[in-house]
Amino acid sequence: MTAVALKRSLGPRGRSHVADRLLATMTTAAAAIILAMLAVIVGNVVIGGASVISWEFISAAPRDGMTAGGVFPAIFGTVALTLLMTIGAVPAGVATAIYLTEYASPRSRIARLIRVCIANLAGVPSIVFGLFGLGFFISTVGKQIDAVAYNGQVTYGKPSLIWASLTLAILTLPVVVVATEEALRAVPREMREASLALGATKLQTIVKVVLPQATGGIMTGGILAVSRGAGEVAPIMFTGAAYFLPFLPTYPNDQFMNLGYHTYVLATQSPDVDRTKPILYGTVLVLLVLTFMLNLVAITIRARSRRRLAANA
Amino acid sequence: MTQLVATVPATEKSSLPSHRLVRRPRILEAIAETAIKAVALLSILSVLLILFFVGKEALPVLTSAEVHKEVTVRTLFAAHAEAGYMWQPVSDEPKYNILPLFLGTLKVTFVALLVAVPLGVSAALYVSEFAGRRTKEIIKPAIELLAGVPSVVIGFFALVVLASWVQRVFGTEHRLNSIVAGVALAVAVVPIIFSVSEDAFRAVPGSYRSAALALGSTRSQVMLKVVVPAAAPGIAASIVLGFGRAIGETMIVVLATGNAAIFDGSFERSTRTVTATIAQELGEVVVGSAHYHVLFALGALLFLSTLTVNLGAERIVGRMRRRLGGGT
Repeated sequence: MTAVALKRSLGPRGRSHVADRLLATMTTAAAAIILAMLAVIVGNVVIGGASVISWEFISAAPRDGMTAGGVFPAIFGTVALTLLMTIGAVPAGVATAIYLTEYASPRSRIARLIRVCIANLAGVPSIVFGLFGLGFFISTVGKQIDAVAYNGQVTYGKPSLIWASLTLAILTLPVVVVATEEALRAVPREMREASLALGATKLQTIVKVVLPQATGGIMTGGILAVSRGAGEVAPIMFTGAAYFLPFLPTYPNDQFMNLGYHTYVLATQSPDVDRTKPILYGTVLVLLVLTFMLNLVAITIRARSRRRLAANA
Repeated sequence: MTQLVATVPATEKSSLPSHRLVRRPRILEAIAETAIKAVALLSILSVLLILFFVGKEALPVLTSAEVHKEVTVRTLFAAHAEAGYMWQPVSDEPKYNILPLFLGTLKVTFVALLVAVPLGVSAALYVSEFAGRRTKEIIKPAIELLAGVPSVVIGFFALVVLASWVQRVFGTEHRLNSIVAGVALAVAVVPIIFSVSEDAFRAVPGSYRSAALALGSTRSQVMLKVVVPAAAPGIAASIVLGFGRAIGETMIVVLATGNAAIFDGSFERSTRTVTATIAQELGEVVVGSAHYHVLFALGALLFLSTLTVNLGAERIVGRMRRRLGGGT
């Protein structure tokens, strides 16, 4: 605060004034360029895709070699995928965050190792998750299930909704952990102490005092994870996404269509580029609207809970 | 004996209800703590499983005689007698030289960082030193939104729109090339560089600025000679993390590079990266073939590189925070 006041009162003079202005202009320009990147991409997709969006586009399946019709199976697949992923990632992520903030001692080696692993998990390239999903879930776990329960008949040892979801669950785990941990840390220590002083156990304190205060943060983490998962393509290419399916996935070992993968397929493997272009734009718009809405909701919830906790403190 | 048996129910009856409340949860407490800890260990397990299963499929490149008929560690790097440095896994005589792919990744990453580093760091400086609260409240979520744009969307934009712009402006030889892919990749990398640098600038204590101002420095002097040097390790870490993100990014480069494994230094011609190679070829490869194992080996190299990069960045940031006293 004093620094700001000082900056104002000093009022730089002479040549350095020019340097100040130059620096201000250049850094402002950099920020403006970044915002312009966002605006140009979003603007282009909206302009290109808006005319394609109709009820039919949202609710129908692709027709005529994917040059007509809609993207409903891809929307359905994306929702199913991220829903299953959430069931895996959110409980695991929240539990990890609870362990790190509530149980582990600050100098615990295991906690430090967990943190390092979370940070690294967040940095693993998404294509490596694809390789891992193939090598672990499909070729190892799936094959074993087939050998034990299905007499070796290929049932789970192939690309499936469940394997793609689990692969994405590991990929998005860090998102949930980081957001939840931030929320848990923001809960004032006095609240925990008050609860413990009233005779509540540690678990009761966590479940009835700490977690309710952190709901906003946990939701933020969950939503950000869904948004991230909905946009990932590389991890699901080999673990379950399908080029085209005449039916919707109903079993965990079914394959599925997906908005991101559909975009990739339309953009690279279309026999007739000009005829698929409108559909391609429409698909991208649906995907972008989906991820943006989720992100906006998450950012809003987080801002609100941050403000509330700041007011409480 | 009988006395003991008789007294136990008696004491339990006489005990207060609160006694039971305290007692029963104790087992529950222990179970819950163990369960939570077990789940928390999943993250460690995940990293180990990734390491193990990607490594397991990559290992035959080093050990399997069957694979060595087609490819050895030497032929991964050494030039082929006639074809030179060539990646051509599907042919009568498959050629698995991975140098063109490495070069492709490096070229695209270089362009991406060339664009993203100045932009991201400057914007971070703007937000931490110049911007008012309201401006910050717009810029930071907007950059978060940019980070949330799926990479396949950025790749699509590069393929359909950006490539045409770049060709019109620079008259590049190939429509899809390292410049197009690099610029598109910069869009994905900029949010990381911005947010890590901004954290670094914010970690510089206000007292540093006040002291410099009190000594008569101008604002630009304070920033360039005090704030930026103090935050330099954080900026370095942001670049390192950006590098890690750039070499691992897949969908943008699959769509925007043109995917031709050409071994040359030109930025105007199509290129092919490590990630794009895995993404495009793994789907069609025979499981257990030499090609399959080479693709996993590429994945393992990628994994190890990003692991090193991330651990390095973490160290840098940790050391900086300790030096700045962890203050705000």
